[in-house]
Amino acid sequence: MYKIVRKKVLNPTVTLMDIDAPMVAKKAEPGQFIILRVDESGERIPLTVADFDRDKGTVTIIFQIVGATTEKLNAKNEGDYIQDFVGPLGVESHTDGLKKVAVVGGGVGCAIAYPIAKKLHNLGCEVHSVVGFRNKDLVILEEEFDAVSDKLCMMTDDGSHGTKGLVTDALKQLIESGEKYDEVITIGPLIMMKFVCALTKQYGIKTVVSMNPIMIDGTGMCGGCRLSVGGETKFACVDGPDFDGHLVDFDEAIERSSMYKPFERKKHEEVCNLLKKQG
Amino acid sequence: MPNMSLKKNEMPAQEPNIRNKNFSEVALGYSKETAVDESTRCLNCKNKPCVEGCPVNIDIPAFIQKVQQEDFEGAYDIISSSSSLPAVCGRVCPQETQCEGKCVRGIKGDPVGIGRLERFVADWHNENSTAAVTKPASNGHRAAIIGAGPAGLTCAGDLARMGYQVTVYEALHLAGGVLVYGIPEFRLPKAIVQKEIDGLKALGVEINTNTVVGKTITVDELFEQGFEAIFIGSGAGLPRFMGIPGENLKGVYSANEFLTRTNLMKAYNEDSDTPVQRAKNVAVVGGGNVAMDAARCAKRLGAENVYIVYRRGEAEMPARNEEIEHAKEEGIIFKTLNNPVEILGDEHKFVTGMKCIEMELGEPDESGRRSPVEKKGSEFVLDVDCVIMSIGTSPNPLIRNTTKGLETNRRGCFVADENGLTSREGVYAGGDAVTGAATVILAMGAGKTAAKAMDEYIKNKQG
Repeated sequence: MYKIVRKKVLNPTVTLMDIDAPMVAKKAEPGQFIILRVDESGERIPLTVADFDRDKGTVTIIFQIVGATTEKLNAKNEGDYIQDFVGPLGVESHTDGLKKVAVVGGGVGCAIAYPIAKKLHNLGCEVHSVVGFRNKDLVILEEEFDAVSDKLCMMTDDGSHGTKGLVTDALKQLIESGEKYDEVITIGPLIMMKFVCALTKQYGIKTVVSMNPIMIDGTGMCGGCRLSVGGETKFACVDGPDFDGHLVDFDEAIERSSMYKPFERKKHEEVCNLLKKQG
Repeated sequence: MPNMSLKKNEMPAQEPNIRNKNFSEVALGYSKETAVDESTRCLNCKNKPCVEGCPVNIDIPAFIQKVQQEDFEGAYDIISSSSSLPAVCGRVCPQETQCEGKCVRGIKGDPVGIGRLERFVADWHNENSTAAVTKPASNGHRAAIIGAGPAGLTCAGDLARMGYQVTVYEALHLAGGVLVYGIPEFRLPKAIVQKEIDGLKALGVEINTNTVVGKTITVDELFEQGFEAIFIGSGAGLPRFMGIPGENLKGVYSANEFLTRTNLMKAYNEDSDTPVQRAKNVAVVGGGNVAMDAARCAKRLGAENVYIVYRRGEAEMPARNEEIEHAKEEGIIFKTLNNPVEILGDEHKFVTGMKCIEMELGEPDESGRRSPVEKKGSEFVLDVDCVIMSIGTSPNPLIRNTTKGLETNRRGCFVADENGLTSREGVYAGGDAVTGAATVILAMGAGKTAAKAMDEYIKNKQG
């Protein structure tokens, strides 16, 4: 059992938790993920490491409440325990030799983009962060991004905070204004990453994406997380989760992520009803 | 006078048309009377050919004599002195090619039902024994085991009995390896596996789940922590796919994924938060025991038609005869001498069919089996909405990639000598991680051999 030592509501749909997991904290690096199970009948879900504190032995996760499992997880409080927490899994993000990078995050994906931006900043790399949210109420980690970015573009779909528009609009402007990036790192909804990659491909800028497909074991055993990358089948859990965005078949990944939608909706409703009764 | 009946006592089982709709155990086990009757068929031969056929060398005639005397606990003591998982082996060992394959009674008629007797004895013990397991006196030495599957658990049990302080590291949230994620509940109830694991814990074996060696901790760090020898039993690993078009459509599973969802995550149970597709028509590609398990699970999950699609003939299938027979009784349709060439999908990328081609057997290949050749122009489409690929696995690279000096062969399996010793001092390996996908009992045999070698290694180092 793994203790929740801190819980912070970042916005109505996104929660941060620090989990006591010293062995995971000791090894975790940006770009890696963990797998957790909330309770005995719970499913195994992957969440990318948002931060870690090796001294305190904690790993930070940030999750959006989208289904039964994240709803159950969100119902837990500081001092409560979760059943299982394993990691760090996957390959860490490569940061070697990068001098100037644009980090593009969308929604809860910013939670994963942040530790990479932070690491790059600490390595002396020039970091331009472009972060996008639907509206002002959903903005997370603005101060944190600000602290590690040489330039920060805050975008909202409705213009209620920062500039109105999509992350691709801001990125295009930066590139057009003459910024030369060694690499673009983008993390967010699949559809956003697809369009970021389509844009950077036009300019020939290497782009790394972080994939978060359906997984079970997270160690390569099930193959459920497979993706087509450059015409080859790759397992996100052991070969990734970072991949060359220009080679990823996003349309296939989008289709595969919807495999269990009806089941997930039904389970989510059940959990919501249960929590309502208990509340 | 021995019982000279040529037939072994039938194993009572659930009716095929009832059991193919539930996940309860298929074979129900011998009654006391049947077990005693079967035990009298043993001739108690002097040269004990059956023992040679057993990868862990259980003194089979001795335990059967105890059954005859109705001293079931005595029988259990004999089995458990050689085997860490008696209730498991009695259920999943391929006895027909091992102990029973060597039984003298098998020359004319059926061999003694050794597997069924073993199962009876282990179940009797689990239900009736009140004898508490005593933790052996510590010898002050520590050993680490990577992987809580059949190889690792056997190695752990043997070392613990010798007085070692043993710690097992398991990547999943539950110990048991293939016994919990792969072999279905209806062949091996998980409560039985748990009971065997509890027995190991009572011996003092510590099991750390949720620990991925190669990620959470490395082999070198285990040595730094004071473990004197390490056994790697990390299992078969990554599923293979065929590389045909349509394999990433929704509704295509590896057998590992399908079985893990169904067994480990209990997706057949309404309470489980883990989904699995409830398909109408399912094709399982492959002819091994894993393919039979996947097909029988799919049927129990409600599929109307479940096909085994295999490119060779039934005689060439690697699955045990008993598994093939059980699958047939349950209504699984065998489409042998057929090979998939493409999986077809609809506009939403769900599987709608599998294009196959008929095969015929040609000349024997290097494995000695006649190799299948395509029949030109014989393509047809099998109407399915789910495809389960059960065509084998390749070893997991996590440990290999994070441990210096560990030699692997061209297939990625660890290279180990006859005692399980790898290319690195103090590191032993066994089971599927060394042999590639094989059986539970062979993995147990490897775990047992390695435990003995690890004990000698640690003792010699001391002296």
